[in-house]
Amino acid sequence: MPQFAFEIKDVSKRYGQHWALARLSYSLPAGKSLLLTGHNGSGKTTLLRMLATSTFPTFGTMTVLGRDTRQARDEIRPEVALLSHASFLYEDLSARQNLRLLASLMGIADAKKVCDELITRVHLNTRGDNPVREYSAGMRKRVAIARLLLKAPKLALLDEPFGELDPQGILEMEALIAELKAKGTSLVLATHLIEQGQRLTDERLHLQAGRVGEVT
Amino acid sequence: MWVKALPLTLLAIAVGLIVCHLAVPKTRTWVWKVLAAQAVLMFLVQPYFALTWAPREVMMGDPYRIIYMHVPHMFMAFLALPLNVILSVWYLVVKKSWAVDALSEALAEVGVYLGGVGWLLGSIWAKPTWGVYFSPDPRLITAGIMVFLYLGYLTLRRLIEDPEKRATWSAVVSILAGADLVLTWFATKMFRSIHQLPSSPDTVDAQIVMPFRFSLVAFLCFMFVLVWHRYRLALALRKNEIAPPEAVGQTQVIA
Amino acid sequence: MNPPGLLKTTWIVFKKDMQIEWRTRARLNALLFFAVATLLLFYFAIGGDPGTMRKSAGGFLWLALFFSSVLSLSESFRLETENFALEALRLAPTSPRAVFLGKAAANSLLSWVLALALVPLTVAFFDVSIKEGVPRLVLALALGSTAIAAPGTVYSAIATNARARDVLLPLLMFPVLIPSLIASVSSTTLILGGDPMNQMGDWLLFLFLFNLVYWPVCFLVFPKVIEDD
Repeated sequence: MPQFAFEIKDVSKRYGQHWALARLSYSLPAGKSLLLTGHNGSGKTTLLRMLATSTFPTFGTMTVLGRDTRQARDEIRPEVALLSHASFLYEDLSARQNLRLLASLMGIADAKKVCDELITRVHLNTRGDNPVREYSAGMRKRVAIARLLLKAPKLALLDEPFGELDPQGILEMEALIAELKAKGTSLVLATHLIEQGQRLTDERLHLQAGRVGEVT
Repeated sequence: MWVKALPLTLLAIAVGLIVCHLAVPKTRTWVWKVLAAQAVLMFLVQPYFALTWAPREVMMGDPYRIIYMHVPHMFMAFLALPLNVILSVWYLVVKKSWAVDALSEALAEVGVYLGGVGWLLGSIWAKPTWGVYFSPDPRLITAGIMVFLYLGYLTLRRLIEDPEKRATWSAVVSILAGADLVLTWFATKMFRSIHQLPSSPDTVDAQIVMPFRFSLVAFLCFMFVLVWHRYRLALALRKNEIAPPEAVGQTQVIA
Repeated sequence: MNPPGLLKTTWIVFKKDMQIEWRTRARLNALLFFAVATLLLFYFAIGGDPGTMRKSAGGFLWLALFFSSVLSLSESFRLETENFALEALRLAPTSPRAVFLGKAAANSLLSWVLALALVPLTVAFFDVSIKEGVPRLVLALALGSTAIAAPGTVYSAIATNARARDVLLPLLMFPVLIPSLIASVSSTTLILGGDPMNQMGDWLLFLFLFNLVYWPVCFLVFPKVIEDD
């Protein structure tokens, strides 16, 4: 079991001509949870995507669960899950089909049964076979939760998970976070809801223009 | 005797200078100037050789003289663009570097320019010679497609903002384009060719051949200078795009 | 948990694309109508001379197919980037090469089915018949379709991320596909018009070679296209 969930060592990331992250360094011990705050455009989403090995540092190195993201991406990816504002869904397939797709790619035994259980758990049974195109924003978030549970990751990355959720949905999300923490999953939670976030997490990292910022 | 020696000597000088430039970085400040001077001088003399000194051709009369411009254009394009393919493979497989990317960009632009102009000149030659501007001839079609392929390459580069993606994806496109050139050549060969059969120098009057070789050397110098400058421009643009951020202060953890 | 190998993953991706095509059958119909309309336009554009019509039938069939392929290839990646679904696919994790094989196979099948659907109309409008046998025609259409799909899939993945993607895709695709177009049209024209000098074999061989070059090349380079870095 690696000591750190992740280590960010002097990382800078460029997108086009804009530096999304600039000389950032941070480490999170395994099993801990991190609150990631900052204005829009401060680099939170970029950081989460890099932890997910979706993209890689322009300068510096990043290790997740003890392995370098660029070199060991295929070993890291099964252990990490990203919940983003992008839904990652195929609009024309149903929630069930989207979930089964992920399950078959992961190679889960008994995929149909596992997916059906998850669909029930996130209360999508009645509309689970309709194309995602017809879903509300809240329903899409619930599919995203199901995907996260399916992955059962060692590191969970949540990018604004409370957006578009009704009060019931928010409670379910908080319950999910509590469940993940209880299982020993390392967690990064990016949110604007600072007080709520602080209740749920151990540490905090505030970003300002891609660098570590002062908290006022 | 001097007829054969002149272009050969000038070629040796040009190649020597190019090798110097590539092998010894310190010479890069002045080699291009010598080559530029050589190109200018040769282009000043070339019209005399091409238009007056070389005799009228028995069957084609005066219009043939356009080969002194058409062929060097095409020849250089067929040098520049396959070189781009090789560099693209290098970029993807061996080592990524901005220098390789900048050089690829320069070669593509110069290659498209020379290939496009050369193709037009070829069309102009075709009309009095074959009676048509265009025909399904293997060399004509392969050259035309090559220009289009790299126009596509250049357009792609212009439409991608991220420098790394631009370099990677244009390298991919170049490799697919390179494979296509080989396939196009064979596909069009399967059609009948009416292009001029290449005359070997032994079968052609030395007086017709010399201006031709002279032109080739002049264009080699010309292309080198063009590519060198375009490369330096591309590299400067790249450096500007990728300038890293300055250092920043301490981290603060709020536990 | 037992992650699937390359072939199984390819099948999963292929199946997913087929599921989406099935669920959006209306779009498939629209694509077919587009191809038919294009064929009709060619018919009217070349006027009425029967000899010309018969000789051009193969050419117009393939042109109609080429234009339709641009649309279907474009859509193939639009649905991947719409909600960043391709990114999630990569992070599952999924081998990028399997993504290529699965999607290119799906695109090939789609083009082939479209081509087969256009045959009866071509025969009717341009007054030709399948002189050299249906199996050969089916083969020529299949090889031509896979020839479009391999580079088409690579270019579509690139174009979808660039500006002016609608123009960029055909601009990149058409020059590269010219050798395959020549071979596809030649073999199809011979099949529809008769092949007295037995040239069809050469053209089909060429088409096969085109595929033999492009499928491996595209298979090898595709990870560079969809993976960062």
